[in-house]
Amino acid sequence: MGIYNNPSVPILSIITFIPLIGALFIVFFVRKENATAIKAIATIVAAIDFVLSIPLWIYFDPKGTGARLFQFKESFDWIPAIGVKYTFAIDGIALLLILLTTMTGLIAIYSSFSAITQRQKEYYVLLLLLQTGMIGTFCALDFFLFYVFWEVMLVPMYFLIGIWGGERRLYAAIKFFIYTLSGSVLMLLSILALYFFNSDGIPFLNIKGLGHTPTFDVLQYHNIGHLIPPTLQFWLFLGFFFGFAIKVPMFPFHTWLPDAHTEAPTAGSVILAAVLLKMGAYGFIRFALPILPDGTRQLIIPVVVLSIIGIVYGALVTLVQKDMKKLIAYSSVSHLGFVMLGMFALNPMGLRGSVLQMINHGISTGALFLLVGIIYERRHTRMIAEYGGLAKQMPMYATLFLITALSSLGLPGLNGFIGEFTILLGAANRSMVWAGFAALGIVLGAAYLLWLYQRVFWGPLDNPKNQNLLDLNRRELLTILPLIACMVWIGIAPGIFFDTIKEPVDYVVLKVDPQYYARLAAPAPEVVATKAPAAVKPAPAERIAEVR
Amino acid sequence: MSPTLLLLIPLLPALGALINGTRAFAKPLTPKNRTITNLFALGSTGLSAIIATVVVVSYMGQGTHTPYVHAFYTWISSGFGHVAGGGLANFAVDFAFRIDPLSCTMLMVVTWVGFLIHIYATGYMSHESGYTRFFAYMNLFMFMMLLLVLGGNYMVMFVGWEGVGLCSYLLIGFYYDKNFAADAGKKAFIANRIGDFGFLLGIFLIFNYFGTADYTKVFALASANPEHYAGITTAICLLLFVGACGKSAQIPLYVWLPDAMAGPTPVSALIHAATMVTAGVYMVVRSNVLYRLSPTAMLVVAIVGAATAIFAATIGVAQNDIKKVLAYSTVSQLGFMFLAAGVGAFSAAIFHLMTHAFFKACLFLGAGSVIHGCGGEQDMRKMGGLRKYMPKTHWTMLIATLAIAGTPLFAGFYSKDEILAGAFAYSPALWAVGVIAAGFTAFYMFRLYFMTFYGEYRGFEVVGIEQSEPKHGGEDLIPSSAHLDQGDAHTDKAHGHHAHGHVPHESPWSMTGVLIVLAFLALVGGYIGWPAALGGSHPTPFQRWLEPVLLALGNEPWEFHEGSATVEILLMAASVGVAALGVLLAFFFYLRDQTWSVPKRLATRFALAYRMVANKYYVDEIYDATVIGGTLLLCRMASLFDIYVVDGLVNLIRHITVFIFGHGSSQFDKYVVDGAVNGIGYTAQGGSTLLRRVQSGFVQNYALIMGGGIVLMTVVYLFTKA
Repeated sequence: MGIYNNPSVPILSIITFIPLIGALFIVFFVRKENATAIKAIATIVAAIDFVLSIPLWIYFDPKGTGARLFQFKESFDWIPAIGVKYTFAIDGIALLLILLTTMTGLIAIYSSFSAITQRQKEYYVLLLLLQTGMIGTFCALDFFLFYVFWEVMLVPMYFLIGIWGGERRLYAAIKFFIYTLSGSVLMLLSILALYFFNSDGIPFLNIKGLGHTPTFDVLQYHNIGHLIPPTLQFWLFLGFFFGFAIKVPMFPFHTWLPDAHTEAPTAGSVILAAVLLKMGAYGFIRFALPILPDGTRQLIIPVVVLSIIGIVYGALVTLVQKDMKKLIAYSSVSHLGFVMLGMFALNPMGLRGSVLQMINHGISTGALFLLVGIIYERRHTRMIAEYGGLAKQMPMYATLFLITALSSLGLPGLNGFIGEFTILLGAANRSMVWAGFAALGIVLGAAYLLWLYQRVFWGPLDNPKNQNLLDLNRRELLTILPLIACMVWIGIAPGIFFDTIKEPVDYVVLKVDPQYYARLAAPAPEVVATKAPAAVKPAPAERIAEVR
Repeated sequence: MSPTLLLLIPLLPALGALINGTRAFAKPLTPKNRTITNLFALGSTGLSAIIATVVVVSYMGQGTHTPYVHAFYTWISSGFGHVAGGGLANFAVDFAFRIDPLSCTMLMVVTWVGFLIHIYATGYMSHESGYTRFFAYMNLFMFMMLLLVLGGNYMVMFVGWEGVGLCSYLLIGFYYDKNFAADAGKKAFIANRIGDFGFLLGIFLIFNYFGTADYTKVFALASANPEHYAGITTAICLLLFVGACGKSAQIPLYVWLPDAMAGPTPVSALIHAATMVTAGVYMVVRSNVLYRLSPTAMLVVAIVGAATAIFAATIGVAQNDIKKVLAYSTVSQLGFMFLAAGVGAFSAAIFHLMTHAFFKACLFLGAGSVIHGCGGEQDMRKMGGLRKYMPKTHWTMLIATLAIAGTPLFAGFYSKDEILAGAFAYSPALWAVGVIAAGFTAFYMFRLYFMTFYGEYRGFEVVGIEQSEPKHGGEDLIPSSAHLDQGDAHTDKAHGHHAHGHVPHESPWSMTGVLIVLAFLALVGGYIGWPAALGGSHPTPFQRWLEPVLLALGNEPWEFHEGSATVEILLMAASVGVAALGVLLAFFFYLRDQTWSVPKRLATRFALAYRMVANKYYVDEIYDATVIGGTLLLCRMASLFDIYVVDGLVNLIRHITVFIFGHGSSQFDKYVVDGAVNGIGYTAQGGSTLLRRVQSGFVQNYALIMGGGIVLMTVVYLFTKA
């Protein structure tokens, strides 16, 4: 597999653009009546992309730091006049998110076979386009390129919701598009301000620039971050904040989400939950935090407060939803609150948990939407009240739904717990008050998911329309089982995930708080050595060795 | 000691659960398939029990009982965090097991009692269509419970802790198509989660102050530097205790346990009496070094324990459902264990945990045998005279009843009196509460015994203390809370596989054999704690066995309390006297007078008190109205706020934008935008009306918002520049 360690093979570009090529192939060479071929090609293209992306993890060096932090790098001039480069490279965080994207992309396409019966050609073409947009966003390390992918991503999703969605699809699609777009515009302004500050110094807020060569190179901005005056950082951070917080979505910018999720077709919901909701959090980690450490520190409290409100408020609203998809959508608000809380704990635990929880949420919530889609296809209703007692009729479906719900509510042994626990550990290390409020979300999480489960699967099977439902077929089982396997894997042995994200997370922590590890020098608690075993208190020197 | 062997103990039941769990979908319940289910279910738990015994025996054979800890791998490597007082520590969590006298004791109780109950269940559940599913859950429970007791740090314990909660949820909801079972399952899980909320915060505090959750390290640090950690342990211990209150059904979180009786009776015996509910006691004793550093936390534990002991005992007096009596009895006995832990009699707590596992499992399984023999009936008023029909059940139940009542020479006597002696040394007031609770215990247990086994069988006709209770027939009986259900034995109605009103019969050997083993243990199980006051050694063999778990604090080594023999004998006499009084009252109320005229008269005379007790002090109703109602109200308000305020603002902005700019840009829209759309549409071969309809109306806003944003930023820029 020399292509992965051969610098002349642009492997990231290949993975990014394979779906686009597949989409173009379908557009030009497959007639729209030939639905079977379209489905087959789309699935094969997505499968190839997924298979190609797996060795990335094998060839990725998790110990890479400094210049080796971002790997598989490809870079060449694109628009030299304004310093735009085509730069692709990934660190451990992007790597995991790309794997999540290629996996859920494949599942989303495969799960749509029987759900989508109209305009199949356009549908699969758009799904593939979306795939390219998402992977590109995670790969891009040039602001210009990043912004292009960031916006490209929106368009297919807009059409997916608007054409194949539910009854209020137009409203939901437009709301989704405009809401996220308005955030992006503010982010763009921040990017432009950075650009001018770095280069010729068009003064903004009366601050003169640095006079470097104009560039959109993200890594260069990581390095000049500390030179940006705090006032400017504050405003730039706000710009990024609106762009990313809407995308996350954080309270109070979340109301596009329930509409978009509810109206989107199943595959749209799955991708929305699994990948698109990670864009905001990814943006914070990749751009806002390392480039604007001062801005980050100035805004810790407001962001944390919004995150905690999101966790608790989101869970409260979730409890009384009557529509399954809306319920899961609101639960995402609560879960993403955890992600943001962990991130802004700004210590390794919080950030590792935050990144892992992005993956976990993608898997668990993606699976939940997939499962709801399966029952929706049979009964064409999302109303909880229409169901009841399904465990009798569909035991396998009920079991898999339960495992997924348990993973989502953070049962130890499954993935959700690892993420939530690590996040809360990080938050608690900053402030027990944060952890205390956020942990309420865990109690409420159990309440809304088990109540949902009870109303749908337990109780008497008294609705005649449900009495002849079929259990999962093989295709449905195939879409859901990989996700279940991931839940168990991450729940029991998350070590390899933690290893992969360790260095990138440390990088961000030290960008924001260069003194974090320096506190090692601080004196250890006074130990009255009566009979404490030697192993209990490692000497400071050993501990420093353990750190790096 | 081989780590593989250690790992096999929990892994075997996990394997059994996995296999039977998969088989539950595929295989119809034929006799052959049932045998295969038994093979996996009993084989895995039996083998696990044997391996556990090997491990424990080889551990006991070692000269010194220092803990043996084996870390299998790093489970959660979360990174470096700040430890209070300065310094960083790696907050990593190992998947580690620990063998020490405490986990050995628990290991023996869990594996063997668990195995016995599995055997019993093959008889009891034989008519159930969900037979394989049942055993899959039971094995899963064994796995989780073994993780809980074997775990070498708070995190592995927490995995088991929540895992047993899950199994409890699944097994309570075993008859999931019955609403009362579904409600009870959910209630149990959520009440436990409230407790776990505290537990989790306690773990975070431990991390913040000790930099690890590993028992060995935490306890060694606390033991070596008592002064340094004394301040924070109160918070840590109280938070951990919240978790214990949830899991071990203490005030105020006990409400789920009585409802949990909706599960099949073997579940009640295994999970809701012998093992899972004692996890809280285990956790407190496990953390004894931390608790001993905080007298406040100890006092809280003791008071909550004593209060629960007497509170639940009084409720038990007025229940007519045989399983409900036992459920409240369990809550009360768990209160005794916490009382023991709170007053510092940690070994007494574990001792009572063990003897209680024997006699309460025996009682529950005996009750199950009675229910089984009476065709699913659970109302004691419709039983009576059963000693003629089911002699083996009768004798074993008698032994267990004597044991729980604290009769000398029976197991419960030794453990309970060790608790009461400890309580007396700590505070005579708590001792008095304990003795009174013990008196109530003797009363309600013999009430149960007499009503069930003496007199004439009343199952042929309908008799009731309050006449003609409406028959509910097992449908939707507990709308998330208890109602006035003295009359209806709803829970195992789902178990009603016999026709009603038939002649009671003795249960098969698979059930009675287990009863006999447990009754034997309930008889002799107490002798390992023979007190010094009655000629035993000080400390007792059981105390000496557990001593390695009770680390020294600073320079003060642990010492078992030794009172004067005279005082202790007097205390024993007092408690036996009170218990005898309880038995006598039960005898006169329920045996001598088969019309039960005295209790009936008392119920009328003290109608208010009776109603309070019979309705469990209306705690469920109060919770419904306050906690649950309040939360739901809050949820609805939040939901309305979300629709009308948060989203309302968004829509308001939309309307304003459309109103102000919409008209002006219509020309732009018509030519530029639609033109572009048509172009795109044709190339994609899909530029039809639908697409166009989707498209129009948004790009104008795109431009507007972009423009609006730039205007906004310009304004900000101008202002800040000036």
